[in-house]
Amino acid sequence: MRREKVANMLNTLISNKLTNLLQKAGVVVGSFAATAAFALADLPGGPGVNQLNLTTGVTKISQEQSWLHWYMLIICTVVFILVFGVMFYSILKHRKSVGHKPANFHESVTVEVVWTIIPFIIVILMALPATKVVVAMKDTTNADLTVKATGMQWKWGYNYIKGEGEGIGFVSTLDATHREMSENGGPKAGQTVDNYLLKVDNPLVVPVDKKIRVITTANDVIHAFAVPAFGIMQDAIPGFVRDTWFRAEKIGDYYGQCAKLCGKEHSYMPIHVKVVSAEDYTKWVAGEQKKLAAKADDPSKVWTMDDILKRGEKVYAANCAACHQANGKGAGAIKALDGAAVVLDADKAKQIAILLNGQNNGAMPAWKQLSDTDLAAVITYTKNTWSNKTGQLVQPAEVLAARK
Amino acid sequence: MSAVLDHSSHAHDSHGDHHDHGAPAGWRRWVFATNHKDIGTLYLLFSFTMFMIGGILALGIRAELFQPGLQMINPELFNQLTTMHGIIMVFGAIMPGFVGFANWMIPLQIGAADMAFARMNNFSFWLMIPAALMVVSSFFVPGGAPATGWTLYAPLTLQMGPSMDTSIFALHLLGASSIMGSINIIVTVLNMRAPGMTLMKMPMFCWTWLITAYLLIAVMPVLAGAITMTLTDRHFGTSFFNPAGGGDPVMYQHIFWFFGHPEVYIMILPAFGIISHIVPAFSRKKLFGYASMVYATSSIAILSFIVWAHHMFTVGMPVTGQLFFMYATMLIAVPTAVKIFNWIATMWRGSMTFETPMLFAVGFIFVFTIGGFSGLILAMAPIDIQIHDTYYVVAHFHYVLVAGSLYAMFAGFYYWCPKWTGVMYNESRGKIHFWWSLISFNITFFPMHFLGLAGMPRRYADYPMQFADFNAIASVGAFAFGLAQVYFFFFVVLPAMMGKGVKASSNPWEDKNSENLVKGAEGLEWEVDSPAPFHTFDTPPKLNAAATKIIA
Repeated sequence: MRREKVANMLNTLISNKLTNLLQKAGVVVGSFAATAAFALADLPGGPGVNQLNLTTGVTKISQEQSWLHWYMLIICTVVFILVFGVMFYSILKHRKSVGHKPANFHESVTVEVVWTIIPFIIVILMALPATKVVVAMKDTTNADLTVKATGMQWKWGYNYIKGEGEGIGFVSTLDATHREMSENGGPKAGQTVDNYLLKVDNPLVVPVDKKIRVITTANDVIHAFAVPAFGIMQDAIPGFVRDTWFRAEKIGDYYGQCAKLCGKEHSYMPIHVKVVSAEDYTKWVAGEQKKLAAKADDPSKVWTMDDILKRGEKVYAANCAACHQANGKGAGAIKALDGAAVVLDADKAKQIAILLNGQNNGAMPAWKQLSDTDLAAVITYTKNTWSNKTGQLVQPAEVLAARK
Repeated sequence: MSAVLDHSSHAHDSHGDHHDHGAPAGWRRWVFATNHKDIGTLYLLFSFTMFMIGGILALGIRAELFQPGLQMINPELFNQLTTMHGIIMVFGAIMPGFVGFANWMIPLQIGAADMAFARMNNFSFWLMIPAALMVVSSFFVPGGAPATGWTLYAPLTLQMGPSMDTSIFALHLLGASSIMGSINIIVTVLNMRAPGMTLMKMPMFCWTWLITAYLLIAVMPVLAGAITMTLTDRHFGTSFFNPAGGGDPVMYQHIFWFFGHPEVYIMILPAFGIISHIVPAFSRKKLFGYASMVYATSSIAILSFIVWAHHMFTVGMPVTGQLFFMYATMLIAVPTAVKIFNWIATMWRGSMTFETPMLFAVGFIFVFTIGGFSGLILAMAPIDIQIHDTYYVVAHFHYVLVAGSLYAMFAGFYYWCPKWTGVMYNESRGKIHFWWSLISFNITFFPMHFLGLAGMPRRYADYPMQFADFNAIASVGAFAFGLAQVYFFFFVVLPAMMGKGVKASSNPWEDKNSENLVKGAEGLEWEVDSPAPFHTFDTPPKLNAAATKIIA
């Protein structure tokens, strides 16, 4: 507790003052920087405007990290000032232009031993408090709720594995308008978007004051699940399962971004965690479960062409258009779907197999996490859109059969 | 014409009476070069060329990041730029740069006639040209250049186009070149010192390079292994790192960083050596604690093998793993601190002057130490969890690689330029270069600490608006820094190479009218003419007791 207080106090004292100063300077430079920093607000739970120091977040771990960082910063600054005080004193006084004659000494075992031992003691003093935090960080036992975060190019999949809400699962992607804004040169001059590139369609929802264990894994390449306000960053590694944990002490929205280079849309897979009260969480879980039940498609349902095309268009826009483009032409190494032999092929199984298993070493990832209905819909869509006019209709049952 | 470029006739005249065959003229002189000085010049020019190419890529990155949103570069190309900037700067600019210094200075400093294996020396240089061409031209290969970051993490490497393979091949060539260069340096240093120059009397630059050469031989094959496994994963159906076939992507990171961490010391130890010559010369005092400098360098080299996983604190290793690598990493601060203290003790009660080499050396100590401290903060696993893969890391390694390695090379250039070219560089231009670089460097990289602490991830083509101001400042600084290096080449290097400037004496860093006993630069390189004749120390020189002067 005492530590947090110190860290918080120092933070408010020093960072805020500096930030204010910088913001004032920002007004001066602002016009040329064209970012209008003064109109932009801090994003609560996300980055602050010209934030100078580590985020002091809403978990014990994050507060400990803040304290440690101040501790290190103070020791390093003191040592820096002492050492370079000596150097600059020497530079001022022991220069030829002021007539200083060089001394002749050039070794002393005593001095060498002393200045080997002193830094050694200092690093031990640094390592001791850090050790405690490392041990605390790694203790993922006794979680109240376990959530699996799956990194995918380029979105996050969340599955509630254990605890209240078990069975809920959804995918969280960057708001499409933000991606578009980015493509068109970013927010326009004067336009301020506090949560630019951090807004998602479905945030991860967790209850406050509960120990949440996050299991990370990935479908394609390595991603990293990071939320600075919780003091966590954990790589999500394909084929492997790792974990981390947090216990958020305050209700609110918290933001993070994928931290491990994962391909071209690396900057566009944010993380949004909504921390809610226990009651709100229970309500949310009930709502989600109802939606899930309603959404659960019967794979044996026989669809008509019109219905499935509508469904397919949505699935395509949400999952495929990022690479294959809305016009199905692909780009660069990404293959075109429009006029593609596999798409036009009379044997539907070929395209189903590619969607289920991926191809080209995962350059085209496997999409088996999508439902049979979604897959059938998107395949039918690609077979009957643009210049593709095969008239073929793929039913969910065919996908289900191919899964085996 | 230049002193550097015009040795052949001179060499022929002065050595015409013995077995000397003179130097070939024209292009043959460079393509068939076996003279360590010519090869050194080739290395340095190559390194500067790559530095400029890498710099242009960096400016592409900074231009895109000047404000939020994508303005000129798409995210795919952005990743290619960051990747190639890293690869080109590490393998094309910094490493060959120091090899150039080694080629020029080691034989001169130890009183050897040339490098031990003169033809292999030629081969190690010319191997780099096809490698560099492959690396630079990868932008024009279908699918573009590799976009995985310079660390080439699996399994992202499996998704890359054909340029990944050419880059792997190029890295193999560069590795072979480095290994040959290292063998050459080790053999030269161990076998070709002039009589009387014992190991513990050897100049610090030779010591640091000897240790660096061992590091290179130890780790370049490890890199070769990692990228070969990547290659077979891509094309020959193996699954070393491919999780789809049961491989382990984390194993790649372990192997890569087992190479990668010693690699960062490969890039900084020779810099320590250069600084250890310049500080004493301009303090007019002997280097303080020569022996402890040697021991500190060796301990840094040994420790560098047991800290690699601090680059991987977020992969999720066990508690004991994190603690071990945290402690080991923090331990490196000790020998590094000893080196800083020794340099400051060398300055203490000296009689300092501040010509450009000394400015860069003091600038190095000051700014490198900032990078050292941010390294210490990064070494703390709990803090690293917050700032891993953010701009804080970018700031940290640019403080140690630009203000560290690069500044030491600038310092070394200004210090030895009279010996290489026979003329003094222009002092006021040198000072402009120094202050301009120092200020713009800090404008570029200091704000990145704030960005990283606030959580801006590295390798991002676009970012939340809260990060906008510091990014804008950094971009302005980067362009100023780039321009400073163009100024350096056209207004300092070129005139010196063309022989314009005041003629340099054999030891330009000596106070002629000083009554002090120890004065200015010491060492065998200052015992030969400026510019250094094409052939030096044809017969082993006889040295004084300290092995710093030729007595016969």
